[in-house]
Amino acid sequence: MSGSLGLLSRIPAHPDSRCWFLAWNPAGTLLASCGGDRSIRLWGREGDVWVCKSVLGEGHQRTIRKAAWSPCGNYLASASFDATTCIWKKNLEDFECVATLEGHENEVKSVAWAPSGTLLATCSRDKSVWVWEVDEEEEYECMSVLNSHLQDVKHVVWHPNQELLASASYDDTVKLYREEEDDWVCFATLEGHESTVWSLAFDQSGERLASCSDDKTVRIWRQYKPGNEQGVACSDVEPTWKCICTLSGFHTRTIYDVSWCRQTGALATACGDDAIRVFEEELLSDPQQPTFSLTVHMARAHSQDVNCVAWNPKEAGLLASCSDDGDIAFWKYQRPEA
Amino acid sequence: MVGPPVVAAAPPSPSGGSLENANPLIYRRQGERPVTAREEDDELPDAIDDREIFDLIRSINDPEHPLTLEELNVVEQVRVKVDDAESTVSVEFTPTIPHCSMATLIGLSVKVKLIRSLPERFKVDVHITPGTHASEQAVNKQLADKERVAAALENTHLLEVVNQCLSGRP
Repeated sequence: MSGSLGLLSRIPAHPDSRCWFLAWNPAGTLLASCGGDRSIRLWGREGDVWVCKSVLGEGHQRTIRKAAWSPCGNYLASASFDATTCIWKKNLEDFECVATLEGHENEVKSVAWAPSGTLLATCSRDKSVWVWEVDEEEEYECMSVLNSHLQDVKHVVWHPNQELLASASYDDTVKLYREEEDDWVCFATLEGHESTVWSLAFDQSGERLASCSDDKTVRIWRQYKPGNEQGVACSDVEPTWKCICTLSGFHTRTIYDVSWCRQTGALATACGDDAIRVFEEELLSDPQQPTFSLTVHMARAHSQDVNCVAWNPKEAGLLASCSDDGDIAFWKYQRPEA
Repeated sequence: MVGPPVVAAAPPSPSGGSLENANPLIYRRQGERPVTAREEDDELPDAIDDREIFDLIRSINDPEHPLTLEELNVVEQVRVKVDDAESTVSVEFTPTIPHCSMATLIGLSVKVKLIRSLPERFKVDVHITPGTHASEQAVNKQLADKERVAAALENTHLLEVVNQCLSGRP
């Protein structure tokens, strides 16, 4: 444990409420936060301080659970307990709600944009995952309703460069989907977690996926294509995803979020024990059975549960976190000395 | 200490079929908490103890009967564990019958009462007493899922029902 996390700034972002989630825009210049106060706030840096650039209110009637930026950075989607997803469009210096996606039967838990920017996924307590298509007129049309999960779906995330979608659920599984003849199909179910899977993160290559759970573990899954050298069995043409590493014994309560830095490979976790932890893959570890070591354990990173951790996409080592205490914190991660 | 059941509830009414457990056992209530000299001394720190937690939840109303959770032996002081230094509280509650459909609502009421009453630093875990309910695991998982609890508490109707359970009699 030789790395360090230095606190840069702490902001009461959603006072008297929970801050549920954070999302950096692709340029890494704006951080969106959302929470129990039904608002989205956009934070930008001015010198050394982070200031609120806009408040996006009036879009939702209930808690905003998560938000996601389009790959171009001009749109923000917000998922709400009011069963809708709003699309916000950048308009000069402000954002306005240009579409409201309806259809889920109850709380929308997560939203994510595909790398192409033409597809959007949402998931809900109604156990379904919806894939939406955006056309040139900015109309959103649902092209598929995926009912593979048996319970509340907590999170959706797209592969970094392919049209491959992953979802995590209260049914303890992770599922993967791809398009097949104009429809979407579930082609893999990742079983192993012993309780709710709360969040997912692909690594830079998209060959590996990290999942975190109420069972207090993080699992690393790896893709094996048909004909792989390792001899991992694949059915016909589908790749197989196999758990190659389980980080257990590090967390004392539910792990609510995981973020895999696309630049440094550092893996951060947000835990219900108020701590932030950072893991790094050991240099000489076997790629088929990697070992990760804990490089930072920041106890009491917040005064309540940490709900989200998000690495800045451009500035290596800049980490944002948020908590039930309503605060956002910005951290500078220092890797262990080689 | 919880004594043996002292009285049976009112005899089942002719329309008693509408109640899940029409004739529950009723248990003796605990006396008032004795105040110690240490507690009266404002100079001394005073950690939150099991009895204080129990006092917060004993008078929660049962959703079905005009009785408290203590009187139905759903909550007992021995099933409350608090660690003030670690900011953790764990409460086990015992449904009156193993198929009680009110179990989640009762657990939610206990959880909400503690979240509202205790400093925010506390982690509140509410579970069913092991072996006392057919859907123990499912109910425990729901109660532990703070996202579902948060969504439930945004449901006006459910919040009203919870508040009714919490509007303890004087």
